[in-house]
Amino acid sequence: MSILKKLLVSASVAAALIASPAAADEKRIAIVVKALGIGFFEAAAKGAEEAAAELGDVEIIYTGPTDTTAEGQIEVINSLIAQKVDAIAVSANDQDALVPALKKAMDRGITVISWDSGVAPEGRQMHLNPSSNPLIGNMIIKLAADHLPDGGDVAVLSASATATNQNTWIEEMNKVKGNYPNINVVATVYGDDLADKSYREAQGLMKTYPDLKAIIAPTSVGIVAAAQAVTDEGKAGEVNVTGLGLPSEMAGHVASGASKSFAIWNPIDLGYAATMIAYNLATDQAEAKPGGSIPMGRMGEVVLDETNAGAMADPFVYDSSNIDDFKDIF
Amino acid sequence: MTLLLKSREAVLFGAIIALIVVISTRFPAFVAPSNLANAFNDTAPLIILALGQMAVILTRCIDLSVAANLALTGMVVAMLNTAAPWLPAPAIIMIAIGLGAVMGSINGFFVWKMRIPPIVVTLGTMTIFRGVIFLISGGEWINAHEMGENFKAFPRAIVLGLPVMSWIAIAIVALFYLLITRTPVGRAFFAVGGNPDAAVYTGINVGRTQFIAFLLSGMLAGLTGYLWVARYAVAYVDIAAGFELEVVAACVIGGISIAGGIGSVGGAVLGAVFLGVIKNALPVVNISPFWQLAISGSAIIIAVAFNAQTQRSKGRVILKKAEHAT
Repeated sequence: MSILKKLLVSASVAAALIASPAAADEKRIAIVVKALGIGFFEAAAKGAEEAAAELGDVEIIYTGPTDTTAEGQIEVINSLIAQKVDAIAVSANDQDALVPALKKAMDRGITVISWDSGVAPEGRQMHLNPSSNPLIGNMIIKLAADHLPDGGDVAVLSASATATNQNTWIEEMNKVKGNYPNINVVATVYGDDLADKSYREAQGLMKTYPDLKAIIAPTSVGIVAAAQAVTDEGKAGEVNVTGLGLPSEMAGHVASGASKSFAIWNPIDLGYAATMIAYNLATDQAEAKPGGSIPMGRMGEVVLDETNAGAMADPFVYDSSNIDDFKDIF
Repeated sequence: MTLLLKSREAVLFGAIIALIVVISTRFPAFVAPSNLANAFNDTAPLIILALGQMAVILTRCIDLSVAANLALTGMVVAMLNTAAPWLPAPAIIMIAIGLGAVMGSINGFFVWKMRIPPIVVTLGTMTIFRGVIFLISGGEWINAHEMGENFKAFPRAIVLGLPVMSWIAIAIVALFYLLITRTPVGRAFFAVGGNPDAAVYTGINVGRTQFIAFLLSGMLAGLTGYLWVARYAVAYVDIAAGFELEVVAACVIGGISIAGGIGSVGGAVLGAVFLGVIKNALPVVNISPFWQLAISGSAIIIAVAFNAQTQRSKGRVILKKAEHAT
């Protein structure tokens, strides 16, 4: 497997190299994603390009491994260091595994920030959360509670048991679940962001908890798989699938009634904001320090906390009333 | 020999029953017929792919590209369906099998004519197939609402109490059983894997036989590609990532010798069912996800250790007189 990954990674990096003729005074900002081919990150790349067009002297290198592994990302980061890019903005597959490679990048004077899924503070200058974790944690349980006036059993279908962001959101959700006294969170299961495993886990939840009223899936692969499992079980309308997903991927399931509503921040805004921040740090127009703030163009500015992390905006709720406007965008 | 194989399948069958009994003590509803039918349906893709892989392994080869072949075929038929929603399911299936056959024959060609080791060939084509999915899809997903109702409904349609997908798996098991036990090609698989030199002397073309095995494996992977995408109603680059290892594991658990020449259709099916039962039971028995991985892994190691014990060749005395003469 690892040989394969190396082949794929070097191929994608080589492609990025060929596609990017080096211009002397252009700032080269690398957007490193969890894996190529995920709609969310493709949309973020669009936002990054938008920021680049606005800034003028920026070239975006959009890259990442072909599957969601830390090893693949380390390969990519090492190649980017060799290319001497000006900034790396990474959405990490592992909080700690990437730290040594990113430290090496910072030692060479490369600006390193993380966005979406963070790295440990010593491995980056700042981290841009798409939204604040407490707000997302509250949002995912609120989405379930909004459609359960009488309360009931709900379960969580997460990505992998080691996924940084899903774990944080679930933790935050558990902190505020006292505010929703009728909502009973009965289980947390892991679908590893594989369609077939998530589908099977969702089926398992419906079997284990016959009174289940909602499945909260804070992952775009999981929510689609769970919605399909609910539809196949003939429980659309009975078990509400909610959480975080993409409008283009969820449109069918909102129409079928398997999902009443779900939330996501705007990935275009996220890629845009990450690029703006990376640019401002790389050109020394701003400094990443606790309590400081960094401008991010049309998104306002991000205020950093004591670990140099900041939040972009609130998650946005999609349901049958607005999904048609967004499903063709991302 | 037949007796040994039979008893070995019996042992595996017993292990599956024991497993189901243990699971039912923790989650009684697991043994409900509808749930077992559900688990079988869920295992159907693994059964189909394990049979193709079995043919390949019998000839001393290995096909690591099955999951990538599945994913590419799935993506192509899903895109085809969005472009031409009027295509009926049987036509889609024929196209899927055809595409799979093309990919399988690419593997077979390199193994046969170029004499490249199969593990290298299929590792390469596995990467290429996944890369091609990127190229044709541009990294985009094909989602449930973009697929036609016919396309999604076919494998789910219930016929005589079981979904069509289960019936397809059963039909393929039956066809494969006939192929392996009743045709010259089936015998050739064993001959080539058991002793390639001897096979040549009996007039069997070793390379051609291996080509046929890869072709079969590719066709079945293509068919499964359609079934998979239609069932989960989503197609993207990473579908069935790592599934090839599960397919090989099913074969190994089923007693198909990695060294070639030994194995049976029943063994491959039971190996797949064994893994299928574990995969379907783990979500309902409430075990930590970290243990789940360890449990799946241990099951494979135990099966292989067991195989190694029973497959140890005992040697055969062919000249009784000579033995006692000294």
